[in-house]
Amino acid sequence: MNIIKERLKNGIITENATFVQVLGMCPTLAVTTSAKNGLGMGLAATAVLICSNVVISLVRKLIPSKIRIPAFIVIIATFVTLIEFLLEGYVPALYASLGLFIPLIVVNCIILGRAEAYASKNSVWASLFDGLGAGLGFTLSLTTIGIIRELLGTGKIFNRPIMPASFEPALIMIMAPGAFFTLGILMAILNKYRFRNAKN
Amino acid sequence: MTQILVIFLGAIFVNNFVLSRFLGICPFLGVSKKIETATGMGIAVTFVMTLASIMSYMVYEWILVPLQIEYLYTIAFILVIASLVQFVEMVIQKTSPTLYQALGVYLPLITTNCAVLGVAIINKNEGYNLIETIFNGLGGALGFTLSIILFAGIRERIEKNQIPLPFKGFPIALITAGLMAIAFLGFQGLL
Repeated sequence: MNIIKERLKNGIITENATFVQVLGMCPTLAVTTSAKNGLGMGLAATAVLICSNVVISLVRKLIPSKIRIPAFIVIIATFVTLIEFLLEGYVPALYASLGLFIPLIVVNCIILGRAEAYASKNSVWASLFDGLGAGLGFTLSLTTIGIIRELLGTGKIFNRPIMPASFEPALIMIMAPGAFFTLGILMAILNKYRFRNAKN
Repeated sequence: MTQILVIFLGAIFVNNFVLSRFLGICPFLGVSKKIETATGMGIAVTFVMTLASIMSYMVYEWILVPLQIEYLYTIAFILVIASLVQFVEMVIQKTSPTLYQALGVYLPLITTNCAVLGVAIINKNEGYNLIETIFNGLGGALGFTLSIILFAGIRERIEKNQIPLPFKGFPIALITAGLMAIAFLGFQGLL
């Protein structure tokens, strides 16, 4: 029980992939044009993370350490292909809006990072929750960024109008520059909070 | 001919890989503290991306399509790229030790650069032929090189300025990148 809590907390807060480790920046910036896209991408990556962590942990003693990275990549790519088919079949709208970034989950550094840093050294059970924690942390960050950008860029959240009619949406927020600004300012706010805590 | 020019210039400026498509952000933020290292990374990526475009085109058209296993493209492309990077590393090490020293550290990193896998998938999705593939790959890579060198130049100057503590490091870099992305939006009307 303890290990579960510890791994989840580690993935979501202590080692949050986006804000603490600054990994997986490409999908973080690219697909967060709306809360729904951010959530979808996060969950897809979480599914791949859990599956690849479990399988890599299962075969960790069989893989010679010299070829472990290519072996990990093949395992990850297999699951990404599976997820791609599932999304295409069941949620075609989401599949279309995430587009290129679904196959690109393969080169998401978070997944290879968890495989190398955790799953290749720990038990299946712990690796499963490590994957879940890291995935949920990633999902949380992506959804947050998605909500902020969607709200400022269109005045809606999850496609529901929130802002009063007089609100003038800032289109730039859902275009490329908005992604950089949102993430930069969020990180600065978190830094400020962290520095203040460190001083006390 | 015009079609190729449109693809080439489009890949460099309009659909800039870093600032508009968000591919290759990790090296863009990670190795852009100095102009020299940024240039080294840019050259290495240009080299690998152009070759990877050609190789993955050949693997897709000549192996996956005839065998009707197109759905394995993700796995096939990442293997092509990983072995290509390894191969390029060995060739450069043998033929030009000076270039190897300059690129050395960056080469292995390129395997997980999503711009390389990204360009291969874009070529496949757009249904480009071999010539178009080469120019899209080269253009995308030059666009990456251009933006990473410009970005490194700006970051070198930022280092010398007073920045509020919470903005030090990544936040100010991201905001700079955002301003660059606005500048690159200006190319939208080019084509």
